[in-house]
Amino acid sequence: MTMGVIILLVILALVIAGGFLVSFFWATKEGQFDDTYTPSVRILFDDEQPSPPAE
Amino acid sequence: MNTIAEEKVLIKCYHCDSICEEEIITHDDKPFCCVGCKTVYEILQENGLCTYYDLNENAGVSLKAGHLAGKYEFLADPQIEKQLLDFKSENQARVTFFIPSVHCSSCVWLLENFNKIKAGVLTARLNFIKKELFVSYDPSRVSLKEIVELLATLGYAPLFNLESADKPQKSNKEQHRLLLRIGVTGFCFGNIMLLSFPEYFKLDLQNAIDASYQKFFLYLNFLLALPVFFFGASDYLKGAFISLKENWKGTTRVLSVDIPIAMGISALFIRSTYETFVNHTSGYWDSLTGLVLFLLVGKWLQQVTYGYLSFEHDYKSYFPLAVRVKEQGFKNVAELQPSEVIEIHHQELIPADSLLLSEEALIDYSFVTGESAPVEARRGDRIFAGGRQLGSKIDLRVEKQVSRSYLTELWNNETFRKDKASRTSDFANLFSRYFTYAAIGIAALTGLYWHFHNPDLVWVTVTAVLMVACPCALTLAMPFAMNAAMSLLGKNRFFVKNQNVIQLLTEVNAIAFDKTGTLTEGKSGNVKFTDGELSEEDKRLVKAVTSSSVHPLSRLIAAHLGKYASEVAVSRFKEIKGEGIEAVAGGRHIRLGNSVFLDMPHVPKESGQVLVEIDGEYKGRFSVKSKFRNGWEAVLKKLSRRHILALISGDNSRDRKMLAPYFLEKNMHFDLKPQDKLNFIKNNQEAGTKVLMIGDGLNDAGALRQAHVGVALSEDINAFSPACDVILDAREFNRIDEFIGFSRTAMNIVVAAFALSVLYNIVGISLAVSGHLSPLYAAVFMPLSSISVVLFATGCTYLFAKLKNLI
Repeated sequence: MTMGVIILLVILALVIAGGFLVSFFWATKEGQFDDTYTPSVRILFDDEQPSPPAE
Repeated sequence: MNTIAEEKVLIKCYHCDSICEEEIITHDDKPFCCVGCKTVYEILQENGLCTYYDLNENAGVSLKAGHLAGKYEFLADPQIEKQLLDFKSENQARVTFFIPSVHCSSCVWLLENFNKIKAGVLTARLNFIKKELFVSYDPSRVSLKEIVELLATLGYAPLFNLESADKPQKSNKEQHRLLLRIGVTGFCFGNIMLLSFPEYFKLDLQNAIDASYQKFFLYLNFLLALPVFFFGASDYLKGAFISLKENWKGTTRVLSVDIPIAMGISALFIRSTYETFVNHTSGYWDSLTGLVLFLLVGKWLQQVTYGYLSFEHDYKSYFPLAVRVKEQGFKNVAELQPSEVIEIHHQELIPADSLLLSEEALIDYSFVTGESAPVEARRGDRIFAGGRQLGSKIDLRVEKQVSRSYLTELWNNETFRKDKASRTSDFANLFSRYFTYAAIGIAALTGLYWHFHNPDLVWVTVTAVLMVACPCALTLAMPFAMNAAMSLLGKNRFFVKNQNVIQLLTEVNAIAFDKTGTLTEGKSGNVKFTDGELSEEDKRLVKAVTSSSVHPLSRLIAAHLGKYASEVAVSRFKEIKGEGIEAVAGGRHIRLGNSVFLDMPHVPKESGQVLVEIDGEYKGRFSVKSKFRNGWEAVLKKLSRRHILALISGDNSRDRKMLAPYFLEKNMHFDLKPQDKLNFIKNNQEAGTKVLMIGDGLNDAGALRQAHVGVALSEDINAFSPACDVILDAREFNRIDEFIGFSRTAMNIVVAAFALSVLYNIVGISLAVSGHLSPLYAAVFMPLSSISVVLFATGCTYLFAKLKNLI
């Protein structure tokens, strides 16, 4: 019955994947999928930059 | 106007990219078209935020039209402020603004850095798609009014109207639930696929170890399929149940598309459960979950809409939020009570039916009634809500509450009470009825046949037929093709409310037009100078004088003479309502007006005529005609080939002659009230025509709502447009026949995709009837047919859009 480890692995895999499913639930309820565009723009901005010298 | 290019090289504003026509302000070696644009540049420079211009060139919003003084006075009122805020405590307040002018990534950057410009603002976050800005600020350091005023100065004026105070809790719950369903179903589908593999690769069931694994996989699959069936597919099951119940009760004869789907899903579930627990052989778990996943994805596509456009406006989003009440300060318009006295300034909207207390008023009703010329009123006259005051400040005594006014009565009509979305298209209904009957019929025949030939196969074949006959590919073809069509039409500025509208568009066989603002361009007119000539100097003087007047004819003439600088001093300005104006400009005596005013009886008195007299000498006259949209004749001609055309206008019949070639005499109606328009559409519908209504104003709201498809034409898609099914950018008006044509193409593509999937179904059903549909076949065949139909539908839609020059 050494192959029995497969059963354990399958269950383990399901539990881990289930964890991600739960985090997906959380993210959805949090509203992270409500705006799918702005974050894609936001991430391209530089955080903090010294004010450019007046040209 | 094309002479400007010859005179000087076109200079574009560094801030907003519009051509500097009237004046050029140079600051910091950069050209600006107006003081407003320069101010924004200065503010950004002071705060070190010029990255704004690096992200997108000429990112700004033109500020030419802006006059801010006093516009946001009402926000200082604590009562109004409270209605707008989402939350307020001692040191933090939160508010959501709708900002229509948001248009590029620079906007996101600037607005999210708003806290660097205004001290006291804590955070600012923008939802670009919905054009909503969430601001939290410290109310002890900065006021709502200051924030809004600065936003407006920067060109991002938030929109306030009567609806803003309602704060509808627009819940994304529905959307969230669908996403969760997709998540759960996808999760289960993936795992079931994985766990089904051993079975497909032939486990050796004689071998005890293999057999125990097989059972483990089977039961696990069953467990994983439970949430898919009871949670993922619950909407289909419920929908089918409701539809069956209604058919049973006889309230409807329409079988919803949910019924064949629920039949297929249930057949799959029951058969697979049976296989798992009775035969201990693999069920159709992967087919079941895959099917539900595809269906849910299709459903999700169907819900995609234009987040920033609202198709559900009622009068509330047209009316202002607050109005000045004498001796009380600002008050929410919805709370106005009869006998209160309100003050209305130039260009402000009259919020309620009321009596005029001031000497006289000039009211522009064009958006409300369709009349193109403004109406004069005298003391004691009744003024209807929705009109716009032109000229000086007036006092009014409120007679009726806003919700009871003449205009808003329209919204109490039953047309507005029933939900328009419930009208499903004939096509889908017809289809689902035949499909359901066909599937049940074939299943019954199959059962009967095997009952006599090999009774063991009855159960197997009947369930297989029901399983494979599930119109999955069919129900997917529609959302995918329609979603593609919708986004393609949207790129051409023809925004449909939802996918259903595209189907409704193809069914239309009559089109009703509004005139003012639809066939004609709302605010502008064709100005021509005839009967003489004006020198450059004369034009400058006329421009100066007309600029001082708010009469619409003066405005049009001033705009016509736009490029002549108006730095001429005007004195002794006198305006005689309904006759003309006179003034001294540049030392010369100027009189403009109709023939009575200028005492020239030999010139016939016509509306839209302005005679010009300088120093007592007659110079000629301007004639202003309503300007019809570019290409309106061609588009009417093209549309008339397939549709009956009708004109329903609230204006007088002065353009009748011009329009006669395109409309049948019996289909041209003038001087209609909003209710008449609605009734016109209704009568035609009762006679069996499917009418598309194109209009722009509030007076069309009833007709737009009643019509099979209501198209609201809009100069600015973010501005107010009445509730409708389609918002069409006015610039694309002359292409409307192309858009209707393309929706017909899209529908044909769906029909072709349906035919393709029926072919698949025939193959599948023949396998099922003969008892050869193994789980493996099903697992390959069912997704394959779905995917190929989806690719076909989407691909064809894009291909035809390309052929028709829509992309």
